[in-house]
Amino acid sequence: MAYIFNDTQMAEFKRLVARYPEGKQKSALLPVLHLAQDSFDGWLPTEALDYVASLLQIEPIEVYEVATFYSMYNLKPVGKYVFEVCQTGPCMISGSDSIIDYIKQVLSIQPGETTKDGLFTLKLVECLGACGYAPMMQVGKIFREHLTKEKVDAIIAEYRQTANNN
Amino acid sequence: MSEQTLFKVTIDNITVEVPAGTTILQAARKIGGEVAPPAMCFYSKLKGSGGKCRTCLVEVAKGSEKDPRPMPKLVASCRTTVMDGMEVKNITSEKVVEARAGVVEFLLLNHPLDCPICDQAGECHLQDLSFEHGKSGTRYEFQRRTFKKHDLGKNIQLHMTRCILCYRCVFTADQLTNKREHGILDRGDHAEIATHIEKSLENEFIGNVIDVCPVGALTDKTFRFKNRVWFLKPMDAHRDCPTCSGRVTLWNRGDEVFRVTARKDEWGEIEDTPDGQPGWICNTCRFDKKETSDWVIEGPREINRHSVIAQGHYSGKIGTTKPNETFTAVNDGRTPQLLMDIHDESEVNQPSIHLSQTKGPSHGETFNNNKA
Amino acid sequence: MGVKLLLEKANVPGIRSFEVYRREGGYRSVEKALKEMNPELIVEEVKKSGLRGRGGAGFPTGMKWSFIAKPEGVPRHLVCNADESEPGTFKDRYLMEFIPHLLLEGLIVSSFALGSNDTYIYIRGEYAWITDILEEAIEEAKAAGFLGKNILGTGFDCNIHVQRGAGAYICGEETALIESLEGKRGNPRIKPPFPAIQGLWMRPTVVNNVETLAAVVPIINMGGDEYAKIGVGRSTGTKLISACGNINKPGVYEIDMTISVEEFIYSDEYCGGIKGGKQLKACIPGGSSVPILPANLLLKTAKGETRYMNYESLSDGGFATGSMLGSGGFIVLDEDQCIVKNTLTLARFYRHESCGQCSPCREGTGWMEKILYKIEHGKGSMSDIDLLWDIQRKIEGNTICPLGDAAAWPVAAAIRHFRDEFEWHINNPELSQTSNFGLQHYADPIHVPA
Repeated sequence: MAYIFNDTQMAEFKRLVARYPEGKQKSALLPVLHLAQDSFDGWLPTEALDYVASLLQIEPIEVYEVATFYSMYNLKPVGKYVFEVCQTGPCMISGSDSIIDYIKQVLSIQPGETTKDGLFTLKLVECLGACGYAPMMQVGKIFREHLTKEKVDAIIAEYRQTANNN
Repeated sequence: MSEQTLFKVTIDNITVEVPAGTTILQAARKIGGEVAPPAMCFYSKLKGSGGKCRTCLVEVAKGSEKDPRPMPKLVASCRTTVMDGMEVKNITSEKVVEARAGVVEFLLLNHPLDCPICDQAGECHLQDLSFEHGKSGTRYEFQRRTFKKHDLGKNIQLHMTRCILCYRCVFTADQLTNKREHGILDRGDHAEIATHIEKSLENEFIGNVIDVCPVGALTDKTFRFKNRVWFLKPMDAHRDCPTCSGRVTLWNRGDEVFRVTARKDEWGEIEDTPDGQPGWICNTCRFDKKETSDWVIEGPREINRHSVIAQGHYSGKIGTTKPNETFTAVNDGRTPQLLMDIHDESEVNQPSIHLSQTKGPSHGETFNNNKA
Repeated sequence: MGVKLLLEKANVPGIRSFEVYRREGGYRSVEKALKEMNPELIVEEVKKSGLRGRGGAGFPTGMKWSFIAKPEGVPRHLVCNADESEPGTFKDRYLMEFIPHLLLEGLIVSSFALGSNDTYIYIRGEYAWITDILEEAIEEAKAAGFLGKNILGTGFDCNIHVQRGAGAYICGEETALIESLEGKRGNPRIKPPFPAIQGLWMRPTVVNNVETLAAVVPIINMGGDEYAKIGVGRSTGTKLISACGNINKPGVYEIDMTISVEEFIYSDEYCGGIKGGKQLKACIPGGSSVPILPANLLLKTAKGETRYMNYESLSDGGFATGSMLGSGGFIVLDEDQCIVKNTLTLARFYRHESCGQCSPCREGTGWMEKILYKIEHGKGSMSDIDLLWDIQRKIEGNTICPLGDAAAWPVAAAIRHFRDEFEWHINNPELSQTSNFGLQHYADPIHVPA
C-alpha cells in the first residue's frame, strides 16, 4: 500500500501543524503519528515513518526515536481490534489476571499475538487511568470497563458482528 | 577579562576561584586528582551532554555565601554551576561514595564484562570507574541484556551490549554532522543506540563517535582485534588535511600504524587545537592514513604514568624497528600447542555453569575423578 | 455533605455543553478576571487561596506562577498537564469528561494571569475520546467569544490546543511533558533551567495539573481568602480523590480535606466500606508511588491520633509511619490481597515507564522487578529482601526526575511494613503459590465499623 495521506487526512494534518508556531512543526509529531497509524491499517511501517518525517521536514531518525519511545504506536502489524488489557496494581487487585487468562483461552492467543482471522490482538498494558472501573481494557479509542467473563464474550461477539457487516 | 566575575568554591576542602557559570565538575577538574568526580556521560566539547550517568554526583554542603543552605539531594556536578562561597563534598562525603558505588553497580548490571575480548580495555572509562569504585562480585543473578552486533558503515562497529547509554555519540552526530542518522530507540532498560533500519553512517566526521564513546560500544573496525592498546606506542603526529585539523595520535607498533585517534586530554576528551577549537578529526585521517609516511611525527604522546598504556611507552628510537618478541621467538621457535582443555577438568571452568552454583573450589580429587 | 466546588454541578444533565454550563453560572470567573482584575491581582488571589498543585507534588500554585520570567518580546505559555497516568488516579479524566468547560474556564483565567496566548492541554494518548470532548468544548467556547481573539472585548487573545500523548507515564513529569509537546522523546530535562525560565520552545512556561487549573475558577469567584477558609491548615480548598480497589463504591469524590480516612473508607457517602464485608488490609492513599500503609497506620497515626484526608495528616510520621496525599489516587486492598504481588505489579509498571536516560532508574527498576518476580513465584531467598532494600535506597534521590523515587518508595514501604509477608513467601515457596498471607501481620483484628 502507498503511505500517503488522502485529502481528508491531509486537511487534518494541516490542522494539527497549525497549532504550533512557525518553524516548530516538529511539535506536531505525536498527533501526526496517531493520524498516520489510524490512516494506515493501525500500524506504522518504516515507510510510514519516513513519510511523516518528510511531511514535517525532519530527519527520519527523529521520527524513529519518538515512534519507538511511546507505547501506543504499533511498529508491527496488529489485528483489526486490539485488546489492551490493563494489568497494573489496581486492576490486578480487582481481578485482571482472570480476565487476561479468559481472553487468552477464548481467543487461543498469547499476549502480543493476533488471532488467525486477523481480527483480534491481545496486548497487556500498564495503567490506563480507569482504576475505579477495573478490570478494564482499551479497544481502539474507547475503554471497556468493569469486565467480567460474560462481558468479554459479548464484546468479542460484538466486534465479530461488526467485522462481518463490513 | 578583568570584569569577569570570579566565584570562590571549596571542593573537598580545597578552594579554587572560577568564573561565574563554571560547573562544579569543571571547577573540580581545575583542582584535579581525586577531587574531580568521574564522568561517564558528560563531555565538555558536546553541548547538552551530561546529567545522565549519575557518576559525578556530589554533595553541596553549603549553597553559597548568600544562601548557605545545603542542597537537599546529591547533584550532578557536571550540570550544576557554582555559586560564590559554595562548599562541595566529593570524596569527603560518605553519601557520595555510597551513591557512586551504587551507580557503578547499576552501570555494570547489564554490562557484559567482556574486557578480555574488548578493544576498549586499557582505555575504558567504565573499566577505570569499576576498578576505583566497584566491587569484585556482582549481586545480579539474572540474564544480562544482549544485542546483536551492528555495523554502522564499513569502519565503525556498534556493540550495543556494552553501551551505557551516555548519549555522547548522539550529541556528536547532532553537532558535528549536518544530518544525524543514528539515535536512541525504544525506552527504559531496552533503549538502544541504533539506526532503526540497517544503515551505514556516511559522514566525514562520524568517526569521532569512536573517540567519545566511554566504553567499547563503538569501535574502529580498521583496528578491531589487531592489538592491545597497551602494546602500542602513542605518538603525536599531524598532516596537512583539507578537512580537519589533521592533529592526531598515532598508535604504533614498530613502524606500523595500527590506528589513528584524535588527541585526548587527561579527562579522555578531545584536545583543543592551538586556535582553541576542539580537535575533532575526519574519517580520512582516522581510517585511511595508516602509513607512517602519511604523517609528520611530533614525538611520543604524554601518557599518565598510572595508565596501563604507559607500559608500552618504551624509550629509544621512534617507530623504526619492529619488536622481535613474537610468540615463536620467545618460545625458542616452538609454536604454541594446546596442552589440555581446562573446561574438561573441572566444572568450575565450564562456561555453562555459574560459579555460584558450584559446590566449592576445585581440587585434585575432582581432577582425578574426572580422569577416572 | 462536604463542600463541593468542582463537582457541584457534575450531575446537572447536559453540563458537558457550553449552553448548560453557562446557564449554571459558568464562565463568570472569566468575566470577573478579564474585566475587573489584572494578572497580578489574580496571582495574588491564588497565592492567598493557599492552593497547592493537585498533580501530586503539592507545590503552592501562586508561588509557582510568580516564578515565571517575563523577558521582553518572548511569548509565554501555560500548559495543562492532563497526562494523568499514576496508577490509582483517574480524577482528571472524570473532570474533563463530565465538565470540560470548568477546565477551559480555569485555563482562560490562568492564561490571562500568566500572559499565555497559546495554551496547550497535554492529555494522555489513551484518553482519546476525551480529546474529542475537549476539542468540541473549545469550539463552543470560541463561538461564544470566550476563546480566540479579543475575548469579551478586553483585547486579550487566547487559544487552547489539545495535544494527545502516546503512552508514556513519564510525560506527567513537567519537563518530559514539554519535550513530548515539542515532538520529542519524553526524556525529562536536567534542571536548572526550570520551565518558568526556559520551558516550551525555550520560552517561559508554567505547567499545572487539570484539577489545579479547575480550582482557579472557585478561587476567582469566591476570592482567595474565602477559599482558604475551606479545609484545614495548609490543606486549603477541596481535593478530588479517585478511590479504587476493593471497596463498594469506587469513583471520584470531592472532599474538603477535613474528613477522616476512616470516614472516607467506610461512609456510604464515599467508598462505602470494603467490598464483600471483608477486612481492610492496606491502602496506598495517594497514587501508586506513595508509601503503602497497613490498616492500623492508615486509620490512626503512630501517635494514636485520627488520620485525616489531607496533606499534613497523611504524611504525619514521615515515611516511617506515614504516607502522602499525592495525586489523590486512593487504592484500597482487602484481606485477600498479596502485598508481594501488588508490589511486583507496581515495580513492573515503573520499569515499563522508565525513560532509560539515567542509570539508577534504567537499571534499578528492572532489577527490583526481577527480584520481586522471583519472590512472588516462590524462588526468593532471605537475602533478596535486603538486596531490594539496598537497591531502592540507591535509586532514591539519585535520579534526574522523580520517577526514580516513585519506583523506590512502593518497594521500600512494602518491605518496611510487610517484611513478614515477604519472609513468609520465601519460607513457604509452595504454600505461597496457592494461598495468601492474609491478615497474619496484625496482632489484633482491625476495627470494622458496623
